[in-house]
Amino acid sequence: MSLTQDDVKRIARLARIETSDAEARATQAQLNSIFDLIATMQAVDTRGIAPMAHAQEVTQRLRDDAVTETDRHAAFQAIAPAVENGLYLVPKVIE
Amino acid sequence: MSDASLSTLAARLAGKQISSRELAQTYLDRITALNPSINAFITVDAEKTLLEAAAADALIAAGSAGPLTGVPIAHKDIFCTDGWLTTCGSKMLGNFVAPYDAHVIQRFKAAGMPSLGKTNMDEFAMGSSNETSYFGAVKNPWNAAYVPGGSSGGAAACVAARMAPAATGTDTGGSIRQPAALCGITGLKPTYGLVSRYGMIAFASSLDQAGPMAPSAEDCALLLNVMTGFDPSDSTSLDREKEDYTRDLNKPLAGLRVGLPKEFFAEGLNNEVAAAVEAAVNDLKKLGAIPVEISLANSRLAIPVYYVLAPAEASSNLSRFDGVRYGYRAPAYGSLDDMYCKTRAQGFGAEVKRRIMIGAYVLSHGYYDAYYLQAQKIRRLIADDFSEAFKSCDVILGPTTPGTAFKLGEKSDDPVEMYLNDLYTIPANLAGLPGMSLPCGFDGKGLPIGLQLVGNYFSEAKMLNVAHQYQRATDWHSRQPEGLK
Repeated sequence: MSLTQDDVKRIARLARIETSDAEARATQAQLNSIFDLIATMQAVDTRGIAPMAHAQEVTQRLRDDAVTETDRHAAFQAIAPAVENGLYLVPKVIE
Repeated sequence: MSDASLSTLAARLAGKQISSRELAQTYLDRITALNPSINAFITVDAEKTLLEAAAADALIAAGSAGPLTGVPIAHKDIFCTDGWLTTCGSKMLGNFVAPYDAHVIQRFKAAGMPSLGKTNMDEFAMGSSNETSYFGAVKNPWNAAYVPGGSSGGAAACVAARMAPAATGTDTGGSIRQPAALCGITGLKPTYGLVSRYGMIAFASSLDQAGPMAPSAEDCALLLNVMTGFDPSDSTSLDREKEDYTRDLNKPLAGLRVGLPKEFFAEGLNNEVAAAVEAAVNDLKKLGAIPVEISLANSRLAIPVYYVLAPAEASSNLSRFDGVRYGYRAPAYGSLDDMYCKTRAQGFGAEVKRRIMIGAYVLSHGYYDAYYLQAQKIRRLIADDFSEAFKSCDVILGPTTPGTAFKLGEKSDDPVEMYLNDLYTIPANLAGLPGMSLPCGFDGKGLPIGLQLVGNYFSEAKMLNVAHQYQRATDWHSRQPEGLK
């Protein structure tokens, strides 16, 4: 398998990372060498093996449906790039 | 003072021979003197440290001190720390002052241990040399031309240079053990789930685990007593009875079965590292241990599996950095989408971008089965190898790394070459097993060599027992870099 420069641009788009043609070219070679390394696992016969998502077989805990958090929006919004009237500001998405 | 173990420091504090403020000041002075050349710390705030030390002194005076109250510690800059800059080694969080404490930080605060500052690290813990930090590379205290390892490189270097008596680290694929090995200190990655991940900036959530880094195994045992414990804020935190990890330190090793994985002593292992590890096996034999050959046949697949699973989890975890709620936002942009793309292009470094892209690709439509699912199945095979091995041994022993520290810049242009450094450490993360590294010698260039122990689930006390008995019989862990004293 070998990624083309267009593949790299598409992946960067999926990841929401702006990438110039020059950056995509540099990244292409590195990603291809990493995928060559990853390809060594493709030959392994894993029929019948259950995938392991996690080291411990634990299930999600449930808790009582009670309010446990205090209102800290002022502290959390104090570190945001742009806030007004308690709202996070971003460029307009609906005209 | 800077040679003292944590238990010695604690005894001097309890005996009022020194105050926590005086002790903190001693380390702060050393940081002032050494950090400009080593770059182990991203943030130092003497005023905050001394306030915390004064509070510890008050606890001691009031007779309500715990075992380590007043002993200062350095924290990896991956732990959110209320009121402190918490950068995770990234421009993306270069201005992020955390509004709350990570669970690990809460525990050290509750134990009365003042923070000496936040240590340098590879960006978002992605790296094995500490060269991906936005705040510059850390230098190895044993030789400033060499890397300290990573990602907890600042933590390992500050302990090796005795700028702190101990430090916290995190380990996703070897990030505690590999820098511990390269800097000649002791570091332990606990069983997955023992230490809460709450407030620890996420890289690969099914692998990330925090642990202690210090000169000796005894120090690590004392720190582990502080760090572990159930936390309802982390959905993977294990609700287990609290253990005393120092309880078995002094047990004799007679009859201990030490498993030597033949795959860890094969091609690719540096001769000097092999010789030092074999000498350590002989030292343990003199203490009554019995070497047993074992096989971890699928461990050769650990790196490819890891470089599917960890980037996949990272691409999801790091999607939160979008320039909206905290951290960096690009100064100029058009649409919302353009703001995301520019913010992430400017805020993340090259290695982080590579890993996010690998993750986005392996999770994308049509590739999931071939990559992510296949990797998860092989992860099971790797874990099964360990279960089988622990039928015939009590602890597994091998090298921590294939070689000693490499030169700054030597591998930074070749990601695959860099990744191969974690060949022996990644399998324990995939299986969720505890692993530790301890010093076992030096190479011809005077650089430290690390010995790795991997234990069965929840066998930290046994591993610390083995390490402590080895450290009673040897003095590698008490050696310090020349010229820094």
